[in-house]
Amino acid sequence: MRQLRIDLSKCDAGRATCQHECESSCAEKVFKLNDPAMAALHIRELADGSGQAVLCDQCGDCVVVCPTEALSRNKLGVVVIDKKVCVGCYMCMGFCEKEIFERNPQWTEPYKCISCGICVKACPHAALEMVDVPQPPYRIL
Amino acid sequence: MSQFVFDPTKVMDIDFTQRTQYLEGLEAIKAAHKVLKEIAFTPSLPDKGYTNRTLYVNVGTLEVKEKPVTQQMKDVFIGGRGFGLWHLWNAVKPTTRWNDPENEIIISPGPVAGITQYAGTGKSLVVSLSPQTDIPIDSNVGGYFGPLLKFSGFDALEIQGKSDRDLIVFIDGQKGIIRIEEAPEEPVDSHVLAEVLTHMYAENEADRVNISVVCTGAAAEHSLIGMLNFSWWDLRRGCIRLKQAGRGGIGTVFRNKRIRALVCRGPQVKGDLNHVADYETIAKTGVKYHKEIRENDPHQCMMRRNGTAHIVEIMDAYDLLPTHNFQYGSHPDTHKIDSQYWQSRCTQQTVDGCWYGCSMACAKGADGLEVKTGPYKGHTVTVDGPEYENAAGLGSNCGVFDPDYLLELNFYCDTYGICTITYGTLTAFVMECYQRGILNKERTGGLEMNWGNAEADLEMMHQMARGEGFGLIAGQGVKKMKEHFIKHGWGDPQLINDIGMENKGLEYSQYMSKESLAQQGGYALTNKGPQHDEAWLIFMDMVNKQIPTFEDKAEALYYFPLFRTWFGLNGFCKLPWNDVVPSDNAKQPEAHKIPEHVQNYVDIFSATTGIKIDKDELIVQSARVYNFQRIFNIRMGKGLRKDDHAPFRALGPVTTEEYLSRQERYDKQIADEMGLDPTAMSLEEKMAAHRKWRQGRYEQLTDAVYKRRGWTPNGVPTLERLKELGLDVFPEVVDVVKLHL
Repeated sequence: MRQLRIDLSKCDAGRATCQHECESSCAEKVFKLNDPAMAALHIRELADGSGQAVLCDQCGDCVVVCPTEALSRNKLGVVVIDKKVCVGCYMCMGFCEKEIFERNPQWTEPYKCISCGICVKACPHAALEMVDVPQPPYRIL
Repeated sequence: MSQFVFDPTKVMDIDFTQRTQYLEGLEAIKAAHKVLKEIAFTPSLPDKGYTNRTLYVNVGTLEVKEKPVTQQMKDVFIGGRGFGLWHLWNAVKPTTRWNDPENEIIISPGPVAGITQYAGTGKSLVVSLSPQTDIPIDSNVGGYFGPLLKFSGFDALEIQGKSDRDLIVFIDGQKGIIRIEEAPEEPVDSHVLAEVLTHMYAENEADRVNISVVCTGAAAEHSLIGMLNFSWWDLRRGCIRLKQAGRGGIGTVFRNKRIRALVCRGPQVKGDLNHVADYETIAKTGVKYHKEIRENDPHQCMMRRNGTAHIVEIMDAYDLLPTHNFQYGSHPDTHKIDSQYWQSRCTQQTVDGCWYGCSMACAKGADGLEVKTGPYKGHTVTVDGPEYENAAGLGSNCGVFDPDYLLELNFYCDTYGICTITYGTLTAFVMECYQRGILNKERTGGLEMNWGNAEADLEMMHQMARGEGFGLIAGQGVKKMKEHFIKHGWGDPQLINDIGMENKGLEYSQYMSKESLAQQGGYALTNKGPQHDEAWLIFMDMVNKQIPTFEDKAEALYYFPLFRTWFGLNGFCKLPWNDVVPSDNAKQPEAHKIPEHVQNYVDIFSATTGIKIDKDELIVQSARVYNFQRIFNIRMGKGLRKDDHAPFRALGPVTTEEYLSRQERYDKQIADEMGLDPTAMSLEEKMAAHRKWRQGRYEQLTDAVYKRRGWTPNGVPTLERLKELGLDVFPEVVDVVKLHL
């Protein structure tokens, strides 16, 4: 299963040496949204100066709760949304413990990280990487 | 008491995709259909929750027409149950009875119904003149029919007339066609019929989620307790599921009209088919609520694991679980049917909402049940739940503590189209009559109706479905059974009346109200009869002691029936209101009202319709419909104080065994509450004192409640109250009231 990971020791959460190209490239290139706040990953600077990343680890909890089977794993094990069958119920958003789902007020369907790797390429510090990890079993939620 | 912890390793290993299939004869069944009428209509989506059209179908004359939903209807009646009552009022006369052609069945989902972002928003409200009570009955039911009807173009479906042959009414909201088809070869029972019709009317596999079937079953034809099943397609299981409009016999009306099924094929559901006024507010409120379920449900009610059956053991612990026809409140075998058992028996890895977006997901399913009796003996079936009411009504109240038999009783009630609550209470009455010699083997035609005899219980139900034997008598319900037994001189009339748990002709639902005066009123001071959906006050009253005085109880019996009525005006389910609560709820003022959730409802209504309301206006909206329904009852010959009396079993101990089983409690009440000395009294004297005290305070409560509701001491809404609510614009309504002032 393809999973996005971050090494926070390399990441510049405080934007001293980068502009969070990971977020802007995700928003613009993947979701065609001209607003880094709408990216499917987020890097935040905490009060103590350390960084915090909001990343989808493709755990599959959202697949379990989706009533329409709009969420499923693709061949790489990545959880993707089929917008055609999504009914915009947002149970995926509410049940995601990492709160990685995004919602654009223009669309009724939410969206999420698809482990495409664009952010990995955009990061000037090589803090992000795409790894292959075993798929966890689905949980009862 | 401590709550059970869910252990996933204990969930039974049952393949939830396996069950008996019924599609073999589908083509022949379809070929036998004959189109009697087909008309085209223009499908439309709602605007701010309303399509502004009602679909009227007369199954006798085959007339099909659209009627406008007027601004006045929306202002006064909102939708759902309000629309149903308004249409019914206009359709019937005071002399109309349930089986007259002019009686209607109205199905209306309400303006909010069909949003997908908040839990419990797919409800349909069904209204008709009840065969059991002769007054309007309303029932709140899940499944997809209501939302799909609205997304096809109609805020309500009004069905009138009587056919001389079996019919299906098909509403195709994708193609804009309404078709009435003669359906002579259809299977009768719901789990088969809904499956066959879903496959028949879906154009392909992906289309099955767009189909919902309303149907009933064999027992609805031979009893007065028929209910309606509303279906939806369960994607994970690959089968139809059913939710029930249970109370009051609407399924009996349905079959009396010779309707075999209503089928709606709606458009594919998307996130905003209601075209709400403020989508952002609904989206944000929905996500907030889903999070609350995720965080709090596992350590609060565990609705996602148990459904409503989570309260079986709680009721037992507080002596509130109806046992042996409401004689007792607990039983040593309750552990066999408690939530720990059901969370291992129900399938857990599926999605169990009865409409999209229901994160509470209480529509649990027990798969892989091998049926042991009746026409489906040997079949493998999926059964709903059981819900709490079924575990208590079919289970403890009849002394049935074998979970497989309980599931089978639940399965047959559902597929035969009879109300589980009603069937549970009437069977409990039959069993107590059997215990006390009012009935015997000769009078039941050989059925040994001993406590816990599930096989005899099932056989009585099969008789009901076949229309034969004692099942026919039982299927008339408790009220008519009481009359029958008394007429035949089978027992002491007072005892029979005391233990027959009905009010207005409707059987009690499954809570012991003896020690909760507020719940006694919550049951009998109702519009449709003793159903807990109007006011469930037991915990507030008896356990949490939040409403100690008569005035407090009267206030609760003013507020909660109105608050709960509102769910039915809009297409909401009640459960997400208080079966999970925000973490800080206890710290809020008026915590028992769950203020954050009330605000959610205010926000969602305003955001859907664009009409800004607050929590007080919410109550006024309900009060209009609630008082209108009360006046409707009066118009039909009930709805007065005499109709709000409760059987004594609901108020206190009827028999010496009951008294002695809780003697300490009852003796203490004689000393503390009545100021008498129980040690100086005989058992008979103590029981007589209790009867006098309990009946007296029930009358006192009735006075306080009527006063708070703005009614006369006879239970009639005053002209001032009508004016306050704006109901005085309807001269017919005012005329009914004037006759009783």
